[in-house]
Amino acid sequence: MQSALILGASSGIAQAFGRLLAERGVTLYLVARDPRKLEAVSADLSARGACLAGTEVLDLNLHAEHAAMLERAWAALGPVDLVLVAHGMLGDQAACEADPALAMELMRTNYAATGVLLLHLATRLEAQGRGQLAVLSSVAGERGRRSNYIYGSSKAGLSALLSGLRARLAPAGVQVVTVLPGPVRTAMLAGRPLPPLTVEPELVARQLLRGLERGAHTLWLPPKWRAIMAVIRALPEAIFMKLKF
Amino acid sequence: MSESLLSWGRWPRRPQRAIALDWLPDHLPTLGPSKLLPRGQGRSYGDSCLNSRGLLLTTGALDRVIHFDRETGVLRAEAGLTFDDLLRLCLPAGWFPPVTPGTRFLSLGGAVANDVHGKNHHGAGTIGHHVRALELLRSDGSRQLLTPADTSGLFRATIGGLGLTGLITWVELQLVPTRGPWFESHTVRFSTLAECFEIGPELQARHGYTAAWIDSLAPAGQSGRGLYICGDPSDSSEPAAWREPRLRIPLDCPEWLLNPLSLKLFNTLYYRQPLKQGRVHAWPFLYPLDVLADWNRIYGHRGFQQWQCVVPSADAPALCAELLSRIRAHRQGSFLALLKTFGSMDPAGLLSFARPGVTLALDFPMLGERTARMLQELNALVREAGGALYPAKDAQMSAEDFRSGYPRVEEFEGFRDPLLESDFWRRVRGGGEA
Repeated sequence: MQSALILGASSGIAQAFGRLLAERGVTLYLVARDPRKLEAVSADLSARGACLAGTEVLDLNLHAEHAAMLERAWAALGPVDLVLVAHGMLGDQAACEADPALAMELMRTNYAATGVLLLHLATRLEAQGRGQLAVLSSVAGERGRRSNYIYGSSKAGLSALLSGLRARLAPAGVQVVTVLPGPVRTAMLAGRPLPPLTVEPELVARQLLRGLERGAHTLWLPPKWRAIMAVIRALPEAIFMKLKF
Repeated sequence: MSESLLSWGRWPRRPQRAIALDWLPDHLPTLGPSKLLPRGQGRSYGDSCLNSRGLLLTTGALDRVIHFDRETGVLRAEAGLTFDDLLRLCLPAGWFPPVTPGTRFLSLGGAVANDVHGKNHHGAGTIGHHVRALELLRSDGSRQLLTPADTSGLFRATIGGLGLTGLITWVELQLVPTRGPWFESHTVRFSTLAECFEIGPELQARHGYTAAWIDSLAPAGQSGRGLYICGDPSDSSEPAAWREPRLRIPLDCPEWLLNPLSLKLFNTLYYRQPLKQGRVHAWPFLYPLDVLADWNRIYGHRGFQQWQCVVPSADAPALCAELLSRIRAHRQGSFLALLKTFGSMDPAGLLSFARPGVTLALDFPMLGERTARMLQELNALVREAGGALYPAKDAQMSAEDFRSGYPRVEEFEGFRDPLLESDFWRRVRGGGEA
């Protein structure tokens, strides 16, 4: 891997992953919404050995900007070996239930905006004829649970989109990777009690890189979530609907 | 957000509330009357990294490098960066931290706030002597860029200031050049404490890094026997084909595991080990305990008390002998006892622990009152000798002990941020325990 485009570069997982690429001297193009965070992350990654082809401040919810941004990224990087999409938010379920307009923002960020971005990326990668596209979805998308079904549904939509994209891009030699992390200790969980089985972003980043090198198409991070979610998916609805978690 | 945060000695156990800082803040969070305390990796042993009555601001995620000049070895990074991470970054570029304590899993901010020292203190001083600049965020909304040239006194108050002068947001260090991760080590066995003090000065003159390990449980006739561990950075630029074993203590060990007998056995075996001479990797040389992740769980749920003093050199031989005999009389052996002679340079900070003299560090399983009584006795001896105790390793010293070891504390109070406080500070300033 020589070049990578990271979209949502200031996310906790993206930062930890970026450092692994930096140690390997990969050339990066970074996109994030907040200029100060982008500045802090890009300084950190270049000090750690990354070669920065460019950085760009952009709110990826502005889907009209996607095409131009990708144009600049490709111009800066040349062929892109890996795209990591880490655009997303957790939202506050109780607030969304009280004011559905807030749910719109969550659904738009995690599904609609990310989905449109992926369609743009698909066209580019198809034309390039190679590369990996890794996208952060979530184990929460496997079944809508009482405590976070709005977030979960947005990720379920994203995961479904990714499985279709995988089939579409495989013949072109492009590999689509659905990344399904459990809870990870990052800013996304700030101010909340940490859920059980929360892991550090460094661990998730290492497993993600190993999975990409292995050529996996679906990555449960850590892998035990695969078994946990298999059980949760298998629970009969009559029982599942009584659970509060 | 709350989680069960402990100090490294795992005593005292008091529930802590914490806010994790993910990005450098513009101002300190004010949450009503709650006092705040910045906390790095929680490697302080006692209660200086606890704040039971208020909130901890944890800096684990503030670990970004801001600038690293590979030509000059100047590194500026957010205060949460660990030495482990720092080493991964600077070693391949031919640079090394000028000072490192016995663990590499502490944060840069924590190192500065405790003005830590290492085995090379006699030549290099403390970390505070190598800070080129730092930024401090205070509750009055000010952002202070401080350098050693600062005339206000705030820089010197922050070095060793236990995190109480403001939130250290970033630190700029001058690193030292290195050929690689290797040390040439040289170990000398000595059979009495008197011999240890006899051979010390010459070894110290010859080697950049020195410390003596002492068998605190030796039979009375051989009291003070031990090993003088010396070393120097090696000229070898051989690549580091060395992998550290990763072991983890998976659970709180049963409390009978460390008993007088097993401690005695460990110390005897340690004393009789075949001496390693020659080239060793920096990790086992500098960080022997880092191999065992969570080694503090060996002491079980009760935790342990680390204790470290510094006493004037002239009284050191007699006083160390007296301290060791008191410990023997109390039948409380120490797993590891280390002795080092500090260099003669002036301390870098107002409340710096390291000063000219001899330092002795010990640890004891926490057996409640029994341990507390013994430590009070040791503390009194140190106080009478005009010595001081190390806040980073303390959960027992009295207000009087603190005042006597740190005569400039009133001056320091003028620089303390009124919003910041720790359990340690409340204890030694007479504000109750927690």
